[in-house]
Amino acid sequence: MKIQKQNTTNPFESLSEELIFTILDFLEQPNNNNNQTKKSFSLTCKYFHALESKHRRALRPLRAEHLPSILARYSSIQTIDLSLCPRVSDTSLAMIAEAYKETLIRIDLSRSRFFTGSGLVSIAASCLNLVELDLSNATELRDAAMVGVARAGNLERLWLNRCKLVTDMGIGCVAVGCRKLKLISLKWCVGVADLGVELIAIKCRDLRSLDLSYLPITEKCLSSIFKLQHLEDLVLEGCFGVGDDSLSNEVFKQGCNTLKKLDISGCHNISHTGLSRLTSISRCVEQLVLADGSPVTLALVDSLNKLSMLQSIIFDGCIVTSDGLKAIGNLSISLKELSLSKCLGVTDEALSFLVSKHRDLRKLDITCCRKITDVSIASITNSCRSLTSLKMESCTLVSSEVYILIGQKCHFLEELDLTDNEIDDEGLESISCCSRLSSLKLGICLNITDRGVAYVGMCCSKLKELDLYRCTGVTDLGISAIAYGCRGLEMINTAYCTNITDRALFCLSKCPNLQTLEIRGCLLVTSIGLASISMNCKQLSRLDIKKCYNIDDSGMIPLAHFSQNLRQINLSYSSVTDVGLLSLAGISCLQNFTLLHLQDVAPQGVAAAILACGGLTKAKLHVKLRSLLPEILIRHVEARGCVFEWRDKVFQAELDPKCWKLQLEDVMQ
Amino acid sequence: MNPTGSLCVNNWARSSLLVPPGNGLQTNLCSDPSSFYGIGIETPFKEIIEPSRTQSVIPGESNKDIKITDQETSKLQDWDPSAMLNNLSFLEEKIHQLQELISTAGTGNGVQPQNNVGNKLFDQSVHKDVPNNCEMEQNHNMEEHEHKDEEDMEEGENLPPGSYEILQLEKEEILAPHTHFCTICGKGFKRDANLRMHMRGHGDEYKTPAALAKPHKETGSELKLIKRYSCPYGGCKRNKDHKKFQPLKTILCVKNHYKRTHCDKSYTCSRCHTKKFSVIADLKTHEKHCGKDKWLCSCGTTFSRKDKLFGHIALFQGHTPAIPLEDNKGLAEPPDRCVTKENTAMVGSMNFCFGSNPSSENGVDNIMDVKDSEGSFSFLMPSSFNYAPKSGGESCPDNL
Repeated sequence: MKIQKQNTTNPFESLSEELIFTILDFLEQPNNNNNQTKKSFSLTCKYFHALESKHRRALRPLRAEHLPSILARYSSIQTIDLSLCPRVSDTSLAMIAEAYKETLIRIDLSRSRFFTGSGLVSIAASCLNLVELDLSNATELRDAAMVGVARAGNLERLWLNRCKLVTDMGIGCVAVGCRKLKLISLKWCVGVADLGVELIAIKCRDLRSLDLSYLPITEKCLSSIFKLQHLEDLVLEGCFGVGDDSLSNEVFKQGCNTLKKLDISGCHNISHTGLSRLTSISRCVEQLVLADGSPVTLALVDSLNKLSMLQSIIFDGCIVTSDGLKAIGNLSISLKELSLSKCLGVTDEALSFLVSKHRDLRKLDITCCRKITDVSIASITNSCRSLTSLKMESCTLVSSEVYILIGQKCHFLEELDLTDNEIDDEGLESISCCSRLSSLKLGICLNITDRGVAYVGMCCSKLKELDLYRCTGVTDLGISAIAYGCRGLEMINTAYCTNITDRALFCLSKCPNLQTLEIRGCLLVTSIGLASISMNCKQLSRLDIKKCYNIDDSGMIPLAHFSQNLRQINLSYSSVTDVGLLSLAGISCLQNFTLLHLQDVAPQGVAAAILACGGLTKAKLHVKLRSLLPEILIRHVEARGCVFEWRDKVFQAELDPKCWKLQLEDVMQ
Repeated sequence: MNPTGSLCVNNWARSSLLVPPGNGLQTNLCSDPSSFYGIGIETPFKEIIEPSRTQSVIPGESNKDIKITDQETSKLQDWDPSAMLNNLSFLEEKIHQLQELISTAGTGNGVQPQNNVGNKLFDQSVHKDVPNNCEMEQNHNMEEHEHKDEEDMEEGENLPPGSYEILQLEKEEILAPHTHFCTICGKGFKRDANLRMHMRGHGDEYKTPAALAKPHKETGSELKLIKRYSCPYGGCKRNKDHKKFQPLKTILCVKNHYKRTHCDKSYTCSRCHTKKFSVIADLKTHEKHCGKDKWLCSCGTTFSRKDKLFGHIALFQGHTPAIPLEDNKGLAEPPDRCVTKENTAMVGSMNFCFGSNPSSENGVDNIMDVKDSEGSFSFLMPSSFNYAPKSGGESCPDNL
């Protein structure tokens, strides 16, 4: 009786449904990526639980097996993301279709396998409001499945990346069935050619975004594509069949004035003549991707003259001439984004001239422009004060003094990649002035020490990503400064920072949002440090403890207990045994693990672990284990949706970091 | 089977050598408009046909033996030289009609092209006036086979009722393998000419030029009423009692119409083992293309080239590529199969596909069946003008 009384006087029940829905809306804020909040909310009382179930619009189930109960609990789901379920059967899809007939708008099957056309039919036929469907990586699907997809008449966005067995016939069905398509991505659908693409362009007049990367298409379908009235984004990456000859065709009289983004990267057969043809018919292009294409010469840049709206050019991997770069400077536009990543031939003189003309640049990528020196960096910092992103990995000729300029001039930087540069502590001190910095990459910067890192930790409170790969000068002190200064840290890589001990991990455990931790090769780190991370960083989803010889089972047990969001773990070379491995199976999210050269793990232990980890999608194991594991077990686990990668790596002893860099340079030369 | 086959080829070759091409033949026919069976045959023809016939006969000379072989050969109607004669008479009919058209000249279609391709174009111009394609399709399909006949005889013909004489053959007559019988021994023949040849064996009195000559044909055909034929099947549109009676032009039309529309389809394609025909010539035409037209639209139209199919789909609303079932053998689960059917049925124009042939067993059958009607749909696809007409092996361009 007493219990009943208590139930009736539940104070929360006096709150109206609307009020609680408003609260739940706030819990759903996009920047609130802590998925525990709603869980704890719904665990408050039955009333909250029921209301939360009613309120929920999006689902990302961990296992397809749980679907029946999930579907019974949540009544009005609009978005289902099945990317965590490697195995989704037709029956599961049929159940989803039955449960969310009226409400379902989006479904993501990009990481799932084992469903067929009939499952898709049940979704497409019953969920009339379906707008978004992601079928990427469904490499087994054939045209018959596309017949099913074609029944979703209201579909607006469809991804079919890597559906290699789909042909023109299947795409033809989609084109006829899904007339409202606004986005379709056919990347790597190598069975689809001109006819299918042309039919898409003819039938789906509302198309805004079209990805045709690596399709064997020629000019035949292009004329239809350019007749689309709303096309904004066209990707023709790696379409070798499209060349100058085809573009010079008179068919392309009519341009596409709505086109904003054009990607012809890797189209070796399009030279400046073809490009000028393309630019003359689509004059409103804002973003142009010409990566891995023909050399950036004067003639090529001339063809960009007609694009008065151009804001961004990507030249990644092209050969660049000085004339070409200078001509970009002379274009009568103001670029916001320029990428010259891995471009050969970028010189100080040309780059300086270019940046002096485009003073409004926000993003600049000069990764691996190995010829540039202090001169370029000086003119970049002088001209482009509003840079938000600067990537200059491996600009090895730039001397350490110049980095001071970056900190002095470019205060708006949010992203800075200085991997493999000569930057030192003074440079870092200056860069710490960029208070908006959220991503900083300092991998293989051997000149930096705790002092420099401490400046960053003190000033850059918004830092989310920090890469200190092989920064051997950094120790616990530096890391602790980061951990105290940057509480929003989500990713840190201290791989091969050999001086780091458990103390650094204790400090890092104060960063509640930490999701990715790489401490590969940190020989001094022990299970105790890892335990403190696992107890405090509930969001931890990726962990790399390869070659942490001092981490053993006593680190795994707290990890298994507390880090329930762990998705990926690399345990190679650690001292974990069967017990630790088996305890990991308690992490229901665990999808991906790498177990190479674990001395104390017996085949039975591995077998038990992979069998117990029900959600496993990828297991990297040593090839020797293959013969030791029962064939039937391997087949069973594969049938659950797990992919085995059998590696044949020899046992590697750890190298001295300096020695490692010398070795790397030897390889490069 | 084989000996007759080779024999027929032989015949074809020879006859084609003998028939003078083009004008010669036509003028010949024009000058001698004859009744259907009593077609005027020049002597060289006879001589060739007759010996080859006897060759096919098994050595025993008794009448019975001959009868058996005759029946056998009658199964292979169009390999038979008689088909050739049929053709000629068919051609003649056409020319005859042309003459009439010119003489009446009321329709305004000054000169009507004589060959079949021309006819198709003519058909198309007639059909293009109809606004809704889908409706047309359905209509067409309901009378799928009839249209073929109409193709044979030009739909544009608008003879006022009463201006022609209606003849109606009985079912037995239509299906009878022979129409000419020897009054002495009772042996049946398809052609009067062959009968006259046969008669020579019964005595010298049948060897006189007068007896061998073609029965005298009435001249002054313009005075005589035109002959048109009615199908004996009650309720058929081609039956004279039907409200919207549309007469059949020749006996050949009657035969083909009756077999296609009112008889079982007893000839099965040896390649696909699915499609069935009641007229053997239709089978032959189909077999010529069977397996080649692998690009299939949901409306049932097949194409030998993928780009033609896609052009067709691009042109018409609601048409969609039809995925052959073999393609999804990987997922060949029963539900999937149903689904494919359902899906195609969803497309408006597909409905009739199922209606037209409820007896067929699976999707393929249905789809293939509609294919049959392609000939009559041909006006729907601009690309298909050059298609071989499927109006039976006897149609002119095929054999000339």
